[in-house]
Amino acid sequence: MAKEYALRMGDGKRVHLTKEQIYEDVMAGSEDAADLADVPVLDSNDVDEIVEILMIPGRMVGVESGREVPVTHDIGTLRIDGDQGNSGVGIPSSRLIGMMMHERAFGADSMELGHIDYSFKPVKPVIAQEMQSMEVVQQNMIVPVVYGAMPNMGLYYRPDGPFDNPGDLMKAFKIKEAQQATEDAADHLTRDMVWIMQKMMKSGSDGVNFDTCGAAGDGDLYGTLRAVEALRKEFPEMYIETGMAGEMVLGLHGEIAYDGQVLAGLWPHQQAKLMAKAGSNIYGPAINTNTAQTSAWNLGRAVTFVKAAVEESPIPIHVNMGMGVGGIPMFETPTIDAVSHASKAMVEVAGVDGI
Amino acid sequence: MGMPIAHLMTSGMSGIRAGGDLVMRMQFAKSLKIAKAKDYVAKRLGVSPVDLSDEHVMRDIREELGLGVITSMAGAPKGIAAKMNIEKALDIKINCCERFRRQLKD
Repeated sequence: MAKEYALRMGDGKRVHLTKEQIYEDVMAGSEDAADLADVPVLDSNDVDEIVEILMIPGRMVGVESGREVPVTHDIGTLRIDGDQGNSGVGIPSSRLIGMMMHERAFGADSMELGHIDYSFKPVKPVIAQEMQSMEVVQQNMIVPVVYGAMPNMGLYYRPDGPFDNPGDLMKAFKIKEAQQATEDAADHLTRDMVWIMQKMMKSGSDGVNFDTCGAAGDGDLYGTLRAVEALRKEFPEMYIETGMAGEMVLGLHGEIAYDGQVLAGLWPHQQAKLMAKAGSNIYGPAINTNTAQTSAWNLGRAVTFVKAAVEESPIPIHVNMGMGVGGIPMFETPTIDAVSHASKAMVEVAGVDGI
Repeated sequence: MGMPIAHLMTSGMSGIRAGGDLVMRMQFAKSLKIAKAKDYVAKRLGVSPVDLSDEHVMRDIREELGLGVITSMAGAPKGIAAKMNIEKALDIKINCCERFRRQLKD
């Protein structure tokens, strides 16, 4: 009987595969990504390397000495005192204490301050509190600290916001009206994000992390790119990171364009160039995990997308590798073996500049 | 918490335990990819790129240059004081340090 290795399914459940099965799954995942995004399939050396990493029996693996990369965090502060909605562990503490724990206890390379809701819009009524928090944080922290939040343009549609919901309009075949509502919401989103970050920069922030860009579709990404452009113009030295919500930009508007480029349907290697053009310093692709496939399939697929983005991006790539993206199982407490194997493969095979 | 810690242990640069925050700053400040960011910091500090993740090397350098260390040392530079020393070490400006200086009276 052929030797079997313990891997994970995309939902985190343990599964046992032979070396041949692992190889086939990595290849199949890579071919799926290559077919979707029109990027190269992983070559045999890359596939062999991923297979070897997945067969290492240790619960944790590590990158070769000298190949370490910085790690950025989204929502990092809230993991300590936050609730389950933020993957928090509910330890009563301030956000500053959470950040200092990450810096001085966990060895984090950077951190961010974020509102408990973690969207930009709810920050507006409490902006003075956030400014005060940022000042205190900057007085105490040493690692780079940016302000982090999600554009989350869905909050600008009724019943939560002032604009008609494009989904409802499209159901009534009001396509032009739906597109106009998206454009209006994107304008409002840009104004809000720029205003909030002007305040945070006055409070000493190192910059901003726009997290889960495009979650509400192409209009969401459009509003964010325009905010990046405006902030870069006003603050040339500002640190700007833009991370995606998913692997492809959803075309809920369908025709909205930034700098002449229609956003709907863009894949990570195309997104990277637009992020750089707008003025981002770091881009974070997010590759979705398929829970019905193995970690070998998901990792082969994610590495293929990300390797192409790394090769075409003019700015550093910090790949998103949280729960359910970047080859990590879609599970709130992803297993250490799955995280560690995927982390090593992303650095050593995809060649990312950070995580 | 297990997920970020697993990443930090597998691939991270250990933050202020070593030189991860310094490489991170150069990626942010100048959009440098990983090899160039490490080269820049290594040259500024007079070490090799591999040393930037080596706690044994970086602990002495951080103490000597006042870049902030992970253990709590009474009287050692922390917070903005450490970041002002990082500005000098890396030849960059840091927003909060600039704003701190503007608030000082002659």
